[in-house]
This record gives sequence, C-alpha cells and structure tokens, in this order.
Amino acid sequence: MAQEVQKEKSMILQKEMIEGLFNDLASAKEKGRKVCYTFVPGNLSELIRTFDMLPVYPEINALQNAMRKKSAGYIREAEKHAHSEDVCTYVKCDVGMLLKGNIGPTGQKLPEPDVLLLSYTGCFTFMKWFETLKREYPDTKVIMVHTPYQENGVMTPEMTQYMVKQFREEVIPKMEEVTGIKYDEEKLKRHLELSREAEDWITKIFDTTKHRPSPIDAYFAGVYYIGPINIGFRGTQEAVDYYKELYSEIQERIRLGLGPVTPEGEMKEEKFRLVVEGPPNWTSFREFWKIFYDMGAVIVASSYTKVGGVYDLGWRHDPERPLEALAEYCMNCYTNLNIPQRVALLSKCITEYQADGYVTNSIKSCNSFSAGQLAMMRDLEDKLEVPVGFIESDLVDPRYFSYSNIKNRLESYFQMLAQRKMFEAAETNPAP
Amino acid sequence: MQPNNGELKPLDHWIRVCKEHAFDLQFTRARKWKEEHADGVVVGYMPVYFPREVIHAAGGLPVGIFGGGDRKQIIKGDAYYQSYICHIPRSIIDLVLDNHTDHFDGYIFPSICDVLRNLSGIFKLNKLGKFVKYMDFPQNFLPEVGGVFYQQEMQHVMHYIKEINGKEVTPEALNRSIALYNTNRRLIARIYDIRQDHPWRMTLEELYYVVRAGTVMPVEEHNAILEQVCTHLERETGKAQDKIKVVLSGAFCEQPAVGLIRAIEEAGCYVVDDDLMLGSRMILGDIDATTAEPLKAIAHAYIHQSQLSSSIYDVDNPKENRLAKIVKDRGADGVIFASASFCDPSLLDAPIFQKAFDRMGIRYIAFQFSENINQFKVIKEQVGAFSDSIKLWEDEPAGAALTN
Ligand code: SF4
Ligand code: SF4
Repeated sequence: MAQEVQKEKSMILQKEMIEGLFNDLASAKEKGRKVCYTFVPGNLSELIRTFDMLPVYPEINALQNAMRKKSAGYIREAEKHAHSEDVCTYVKCDVGMLLKGNIGPTGQKLPEPDVLLLSYTGCFTFMKWFETLKREYPDTKVIMVHTPYQENGVMTPEMTQYMVKQFREEVIPKMEEVTGIKYDEEKLKRHLELSREAEDWITKIFDTTKHRPSPIDAYFAGVYYIGPINIGFRGTQEAVDYYKELYSEIQERIRLGLGPVTPEGEMKEEKFRLVVEGPPNWTSFREFWKIFYDMGAVIVASSYTKVGGVYDLGWRHDPERPLEALAEYCMNCYTNLNIPQRVALLSKCITEYQADGYVTNSIKSCNSFSAGQLAMMRDLEDKLEVPVGFIESDLVDPRYFSYSNIKNRLESYFQMLAQRKMFEAAETNPAP
Repeated sequence: MQPNNGELKPLDHWIRVCKEHAFDLQFTRARKWKEEHADGVVVGYMPVYFPREVIHAAGGLPVGIFGGGDRKQIIKGDAYYQSYICHIPRSIIDLVLDNHTDHFDGYIFPSICDVLRNLSGIFKLNKLGKFVKYMDFPQNFLPEVGGVFYQQEMQHVMHYIKEINGKEVTPEALNRSIALYNTNRRLIARIYDIRQDHPWRMTLEELYYVVRAGTVMPVEEHNAILEQVCTHLERETGKAQDKIKVVLSGAFCEQPAVGLIRAIEEAGCYVVDDDLMLGSRMILGDIDATTAEPLKAIAHAYIHQSQLSSSIYDVDNPKENRLAKIVKDRGADGVIFASASFCDPSLLDAPIFQKAFDRMGIRYIAFQFSENINQFKVIKEQVGAFSDSIKLWEDEPAGAALTN
C-alpha cells in the first residue's frame, strides 16, 4: 500500500509539471511570455529559462498526439499537402496539427512561436522541419545552432569553440533581441547546477536495473522518466525534486524485491532482460509494451532514453564552464554519437546490466536511428554473442504498426532466448 | 584515354570516352593514376559536394562515388540497410566490399543527411580505408564562426592525406588547384549556358556523361575534354525539336539510371538545368585563387557562392526563390522534381517547393525513382503528359499548373 502511494507521488509531480507548462503556454501571449519552439536532442533548456521563455517541443506534441490517437488524421492532412509518405512522421504530425488549428495534445491551443530555436543535433530532419515551420511563421526569427557530429567519437576543443562562438555571436544576441532580457550568466549557472543534480539522479535511477529483478523498465517506463528533462524542466528545482522522489520510490521497490510496474500492475516474474535500440512506437504504445511484459521481458537499458542527453558515461553540465557545458551537452546526445560510439555504449549496457538479449525496434521514418542499425546489431552479435531480435514499426503513423507481425517475431525471439537459457543452465549444472 | 594536345576530336568521341569513365565502377582511371604516381593518394568522396581542390593540392586524386546505379547487382548491401532506406548506401557498401575501391586510401562523407552520415560510421566500424572523414559542413554562415570551422574541417582532410604521403600543402599549391577547379566549373557552366538556348546541341544524357566523367579523372584531363566539348557546342549541331524546357530538381545524391534521364528528354522535354552532379557545380563563380589564405577563400565561397542545396540551411535565402530564379533565367516552362525514394532531404523539401510554385504559378510534376530501377514507362507517360499540357496551355496564365 505504502509503495502505491509513493509511486503515485512521482507521477503526480510529473503530471503537475506538465500541466503547469501547458497552462503557462495557453496564457503565454496574454501574460507577455515569449515562446520558443525547439527540439529534444540538444535542447538548451537552461538558456531558454535564463531568458524566461517557455518551450514548445514539436516532437513531444507529436508523440502525445499519437498516444491520444490523433496522429493518423494529422499525418493524412500533411500528406494532402505534398508531404511524402516516407519521411519522418513527427514532422507530418506536427504540420498536420498546425494545419488543423494548432490545438495541442491537451486540447489547448498552442501559442505561435516567438522564436524557432533550431538546435540541430543528430538529425538533419530538424533543419527541414524548421525550414517548413519558418514558411508558416514568416515573421518568426529562427536561431540555428549547428552541433558538430562526433565523427571520431570525441568532442574536440575546436568543436566546442565553434559552438561557443555560435552561442556568443548568434544565439544569445538573438535571444536578447526577442525577449528584451539581458543575458545573465549567473542565472544560467544556477540552472546548470540544478541540471547537474538532476542528471546525477537520472543516472542513479537508470542504474538500478543492475538489480535482479530490475525494479524498473528502462524503455517503456523509461520514456516517462525522461519526460521532465525532455520537455524543458532540466535545470529546475522541480526536476530535481521529481527525480529524488522517483529514486526513493525505486529504492523501496528494490528493498521489497519488486519488479517493474506495468499498466496492468506489477510484473511478477523477470524472465528475460533486454537492451532495446530505437524509439518506441507511440500509436500502440500499450499493446507494444504488453507483448514484452506478458512474456516476462524487462528492458534494462535503451538507447532512446539517451536522445535528450547521455549521462551514463559521467558527463554532466558544468556550471563553471556554462557555454562550453551547453556545447558539450548538445554534442553528446545519443544520435550525435557516431556508430562505433553507439555500439560501445550499447555494449556497455548489455554487459553491465547483464542482458539476455538485444532488440532493435527499427523506425521506418527515422533515418537518424535506423540507418546503420543492422550493422550495429551484427557487430554486437559477433562481439558479445548476444542473441539479437529485430522488429519494425513507426513512431506516430499507425499504418506501420503491425501488431501480429511484431508479436510473432517477438514470440519466436523469446522462444529462442528461453531455449538458450535452458542450454546454458544445462551446461552450468550438468545432469549427474 | 587522354585528350591529346589540342587536336580537336569529334564530339562523339568525347562523349564515348566520358561515358566509359562515368560508369566505370572499377574506377580504372584512378587505379592507373595511382600506378603513375608513387605517392598518390586516392580519396573517394560521396555526394553531394566536397572541395576537391584540397585533395588535389595535397597530392591526391578525388574520386566521386555515386553508387552502383542499375549496373551493380546488390549482394551484400541489403544486409546493411532496411527496405525503407534509399538505395545508394547499399550499393556503395556493395562496391566497397566487392573490392571495387581497394585502390582507394580514404573516404569522405559530406554532411548531407543522416543516412550518409551513419554510413561513415559503418565504414569506421568495418575499418574500411586508411581514413574515413565525415565532413561536417558548417550551418553557421558567419565567416569568423562557421567559416573558421570549415577551414578546420579541410585541415583535417589535409592532415589525413599527409599521414599517408608526408606532403605539406602550401598556399601556392592550393591556389593552383583552386584555379584548375575554377576552370572546370567555368567550362561546365559554359556548356549549361549554351544548352540553355540550344539544348538540341547535346542531350541531357550526353551532358551527364561529360560532367560525371569529371568526378573520376584528374581535373587537368577533364578540363581538356571540356574545352573540346565547348568548342563543338559553340557551333550549331543538330536541330531544334518541339519540346518544352524544364529544370530537373531533387536528384542530387542517388542518381537516376541513365534510361530515366533519357526518358525525360524523349518524352518531350529539354532539361536546361539540373542538380544531378550538383557537387561539380556547387560553387557559383570563381574561388579567389590569389590569396595567402586559400582555405579561407574556399570557405568564403562556400558561405557566399553556394548553389541552393537541400543540405544547406536556407532560411535567409529561401530555396524556392532560388529555384524559381533558375527557372526564369533558363527560360524554362516548368520543373520536374525527381527524388530518390526515401530520400529525406529531397522529399522534405518537396512541399516547400511545391507550395511556393503553386503560389508563383510555376508548373511542375514530381515523381520518385531508385537508382537500380530501369523501367520508366509510367514516368515517361507522366512527363509526356506534362509536356503536352504545357504546349497546350502555352497561352494560358502560368497559374494553370499541372501538379501531381
Ligand atoms: S527523423 Fe528521427 S531523430 Fe529526426 S526528427 Fe524524426 S524522429 Fe526525430
Ligand atoms: S539519396 Fe537522399 S537520403 Fe539517401 S543518402 Fe542520398 S541524400 Fe541521403
């Protein structure tokens, strides 16, 4: 019972934060608050807050619209306006929503942007997306932040300097112009300090999957856990409080020896531990998750929870080097890592969290993730001898979620894992 | 086959030579060049654009890798790419794993899209080549910010080449290379200008061979060929036919099969501008070849003289206006948008162009292709209908656009 109450507390905190943000957005124009549209990977939450702006994340709107079954209509609308069937469905969902009056996922109208902050990290589609939005909002300023790719698996001083110069010469002056607020580095530092604190908690939370049974699902529940930092709360006390609370709830689960909470209650038996690469499907999120928990499969790590920042390897926002920290943060998001880095990170997860298998959910319309996934999978299979599984779906287009195909594939995969476990058990405990 | 010192050979001859080079998937000219140059470094670059001057000045031969087209059966590449990813990365992988490029020292992947970017990672994972460089073109256009970053990117390339051949690149060498590529761009531009008014003098297919051949041979040789081609095209050859003039846009990376290029003109169009070999025409006008800081001059040209491209952030200079200007300047009747299937940059740009062209009254059609498909009946019919409609509605206001 006590644990139920605790579970609810972190969820309530998150709900309050998100509702508060959408309420603020609904009254932004009236209250004279400036609105900044931006993206999750490489989001400059702390800087946006330093200028007292409110963030809108088009990707989050798209995924929430999908969970509320609204995305199909929006995508159809965009396709009527020459958007191809084959491109990122987040973009089409967003454009469709705009064409239909820009009513956000909570049913409230979203304010028009005062600035489009194109933090162009890890995906070229972002650039096209805001080029498209710029045509819809011709008077809105676009601020482009080009994040260099970690082509050699490192962030060099010249890459950092390139970004810092962009902050100094373009981003900050333009933000000052839009908001009429002078850049206050001390304020930024305070936000960064809180970011660092939240990042410590997040790392601890995702590290709890080392336990058996794992107290959390690091993919299906993980996407909720990263919600606050991906929607603009990184750098706030609220986020720190939320993660602290969540961590203590998880500790309690560990103490009680409990597995993850699913929409149908607690997972009873942990049969398989998996690492998942790729974003989830949002249109049938619950059904998708159910296939896993019905089979006793828990996700002990996922790459998707690292799109808004990679903290497991020790990197943190450093308030003493504020602009450099922002630069490094942008460069260090998952999709800005090169393929060998991604493989190394996943390999670490598979080993450290003692995964039985590795599953790729390949998203039809997201090349930033999908291009290269097959090579990565083969490499991990060869190096770690981990059994690999492969399924295909889409982010927010329900036409590309085939429940029966995915279920069949996963069932065969789990059968294979079960057999392998049996053999392994037989090898370690041979019959007398 | 080298152009011999000044003696004018027939146009047909050069077209044949260029055709051979353009589709030589064994990259024989580069192999021969390497045999002739003991410390020569062969560097493959992927679409769209790379400042080849830098490789040339460093003692290298830049060689364009534009996929296998319809001339390479994919055996291994499909195991690397899902069906909903464009075709070119799988054919590039196939070429490399099948040893077509075993004489290449390094590979450069210009930043154009996530697919090519991640392909650079697959090359690294598989340890292909002595170096793999992802060339991150700046999206910041302040000379002291993006311009400096771009110079550093070029320095990395020179560093990689130096590690192989030990050669220090001087500003003089860079300026010489810039001058050679200026000549190359000027000659290609001259052909396009001639074809603008006299497109019957050389078909798009022939033009394609001539320009593409330049991506796999030394620039000096290509310049000599271009000189001769220009000399021929200055004179009247062939006869004008009743065709509309169009601009072909969107096929800047994965290349359509030659049959498709041919089909467009056969279906009643003269293509008077295109972005097929965009990289060879990316910089408009000359790059200053006289400065003490040639890398800065190249960066300056990238910032101020780049052709419109789906991979360059365009908000201060909208691409639809730039393409509309090309249509106007070339006296074209419309635009054919041809995108490689699943090509994000091209397909995501399409609604921007089409919406603007509906407003501006520029006629267009759009279709998709894949490099390995060589059946074009439907596309040919579509282009034919487009051409007929334009001829039919010649006197109508341009707003009567045929859209798909
Ligand atoms: S392509 Fe992928 S990473 Fe890029 S915006 Fe779409 S979903 Fe996000
Ligand atoms: S065809 Fe398009 S998506 Fe494919 S590699 Fe080229 S630019 Fe990228």
